[in-house]
Amino acid sequence: MGGYILKRLLLAIPVILGITVIVFLIMAMIPGDPATAILGSYATPDNVARINRDLGLDKPLVARYFIWLWNMLHGDFGQSFSLNRPVIDVVLERFNNTLILAGTSFVLCTVFGILAGVISAARQYGLADKAITFAVLLGISIPSFFLGMMMILFFAVDLRWFPVSGMTAIYGGGDLADVIHHLTMPALALAVVATGVVARLSRSAMLEVLRQDFIRTARAKGVREGRVIWGHALRAAMVSIIPVLGIQAGFVLSGAVYIEIVFQWPGIGRMLVDAILQRDILLVQGGVVFVASCYVIFNIIVDVAQSLLDPRIKT
Amino acid sequence: MTKFTLTRRGLLISGVATGVLMGTGLPSMAETPPGVLVVGQIAEPKALDPAAVTAVNDFRILMNLYDGLVRYKSGTLEVEPALAKSWDISEDGKTYTFHLREGVKFHDGSDFDAEAVKFNFERMLDDKHPFHDTGPFPLAFFFSSVDTIDVKDPQTVVFTLKEPYAPFLSNLAYPTGLIISPTAVKKFDKDFGRNPVGTGPFTFKEWRPNEAVVVEGNPDYWDTPTTLKAVIFRPITDANTRVAEMLAGGIDLMVEVPPVALKEFENNTYHLVEQAGPHLWFLILDCAKGPFKDKRARQAANYAINKEAIVNNVLEGTATVAAGPTPAAFAWAHDDSLKPYPYDPEKAKALLKEAGVAEGTQVTFYVTDGGSGMLDPVAMGTAIQADLKAVGLDAKIETFEWNTFLGKVNPGLDSKGQHVDMAEMAWMTNDPDTLPYLALRTDAWPDKGGFNSGYYSNPEVDKLLEEARTATDQSKRAELYKKMQQIVHDDAPWVFVANWKQNAVTNDKVSDFTLQPSFFLLLKDVKKT
Repeated sequence: MGGYILKRLLLAIPVILGITVIVFLIMAMIPGDPATAILGSYATPDNVARINRDLGLDKPLVARYFIWLWNMLHGDFGQSFSLNRPVIDVVLERFNNTLILAGTSFVLCTVFGILAGVISAARQYGLADKAITFAVLLGISIPSFFLGMMMILFFAVDLRWFPVSGMTAIYGGGDLADVIHHLTMPALALAVVATGVVARLSRSAMLEVLRQDFIRTARAKGVREGRVIWGHALRAAMVSIIPVLGIQAGFVLSGAVYIEIVFQWPGIGRMLVDAILQRDILLVQGGVVFVASCYVIFNIIVDVAQSLLDPRIKT
Repeated sequence: MTKFTLTRRGLLISGVATGVLMGTGLPSMAETPPGVLVVGQIAEPKALDPAAVTAVNDFRILMNLYDGLVRYKSGTLEVEPALAKSWDISEDGKTYTFHLREGVKFHDGSDFDAEAVKFNFERMLDDKHPFHDTGPFPLAFFFSSVDTIDVKDPQTVVFTLKEPYAPFLSNLAYPTGLIISPTAVKKFDKDFGRNPVGTGPFTFKEWRPNEAVVVEGNPDYWDTPTTLKAVIFRPITDANTRVAEMLAGGIDLMVEVPPVALKEFENNTYHLVEQAGPHLWFLILDCAKGPFKDKRARQAANYAINKEAIVNNVLEGTATVAAGPTPAAFAWAHDDSLKPYPYDPEKAKALLKEAGVAEGTQVTFYVTDGGSGMLDPVAMGTAIQADLKAVGLDAKIETFEWNTFLGKVNPGLDSKGQHVDMAEMAWMTNDPDTLPYLALRTDAWPDKGGFNSGYYSNPEVDKLLEEARTATDQSKRAELYKKMQQIVHDDAPWVFVANWKQNAVTNDKVSDFTLQPSFFLLLKDVKKT
């Protein structure tokens, strides 16, 4: 097992290096530059050259890449010009906020998705199955940003149960209850689609397992149905559910961008969108490398978890 | 039986979850106390160092923290004394002597004096200044005409210009000219932008990234102090969310209300404020190549486009029809006798025929998808395309993201192997000199470092603009600008489309709020219960 993990970690290094090259090249190739973004209509060649010199963008491309990589290996991600703060500070702070949002949604979609899927499968073609399938299809079909806006209109503007946006109350907030209060709507809106997907796949995974011999054997032995479903069947079905959860984690993380914009959640997705529009090169690069590395590591964790559940996978 | 267990467990879990969620939902939202004003901003500020920023969004905060030597008289674009009590301009228009207000202190307790003024401008303009590295200062060229700054005595500072430059005073009234505390710059160095210290009606309290910038009323302000205890600026980038926050009571004042949301606020609970500003939305026409080389074809484009419809239907009345190159907000320099080109497709067709432009001629039309002051560029571009089609011009739209768009348009419509017949553009300026000087002169063609991307050239206009820039007498300048407007109106190097009216909404707890033609957000005299 240790060897497997080490191998996967070593394989991750070229992947992350590849990411640095790609994100660097993309930022270098997209039209428009930081100087134009700063100066707007005032971007004369003279002014642009002056700003580029101040930002160190007048060096050759290859040199810039290696300076950036070298600094990053020393823990220096550079300074964001649009926010005037060190990139790593901004990225960590924002990523933390995104984790609160995406993490909550991930837990919600895992719990409710598996729950719905198992109930559906256990009562195939029953009323509960039909109701859940209908709800799931509806959930999958509604774009999360639209759902978010509708929730704002109904629960925040009309009923005033929840705040419209932000992560803490603007006046005298900041404790846990306040954050949960602000988190509820965006986390639900973000979880809906993923819950649907997890439910659909849990249902089919469970149905497949429930038809197998060992389930019949268990029932024949007189094991209680609840134990058959949650103990025997779900455990076996988890092997195919876990990779789906891995993919959904990525989905929730990327879906957070829309939700963060709609609900003004101060997360990394919104930060990256703003940074790209302002051509804040170092911030985009640092943010993307950081998120991508987390994603790579998360995938390793999922693979390891899966190989623990199903030893056949390990190679 | 067993199936019942399942459902019960499921019910229990979802019941608890719902309870938790509802429980946190029940307490009513904290209302902001009287005297605290919450303002919905359109983005997170970049920095609060007036010399280092360029965005109107940042200016909205800065104008409340700092003062300049001069400021715009409320409701106009004419300068009046602020930190300078008075000033003298030499005969040749090159020496400006400012007499400073006495007893003014920065928020950190240090004195505002002539040395502080000198420090401010040298930090921006002098590469060798010890604090020049607290930049970059992208708009420093507003003051590039300054040659030397001399301290005569603590209350007198003398600016000597390289050549006469009439817009100097209005540039001083612009946020780039706001005065910061040298002591604070020395203390915070590169972090000054996050620890701003000025002399203004509000003092800086805290900046919580992506959440709020909080400023507090300054009781020792040299002018009448504000009655507000504090102002909280909240960045809310999404316009729909901003509207929802306004409706839910999360903010007291919002700027840049999207046209489609205006109806939400047309009732007694809200107060809608509008103010036309020094903004112009226009189409640059390629005067060097293609059909618009002919003046008659350019006039035809002006006749063909239904500006009333764009302003009223696309922009829902958030703009007025533009008559010429100078926005009416520059009341003293604007030629009121100038009327917008009327919508007259028949006349447009006739003019095109005269100019020898065949029916169905293709023109390339660059459109952007957003950008500072661009209003609703895609919808406006589409409306323009339809109007041109009706008179026989087949406009082919190419849409670009704002920064990419600028990268294609600013170097010139016929640069880098491209040929573009027309492109959208918008400018917000602070002096009637700026836009025409940078974008209509022959010496402002892109290859000479200007913004005349359509290669318009008229020696008469060049002469008028140079003269107006060196004349220090305002009425003389006004006369020259009016002449320039008439010529440019007739030459039609641009299609003059719209002047944006900035809008803002306040709720019924806010009173005495007005918008300024400068588009600055001044909150000193606002009251909030």
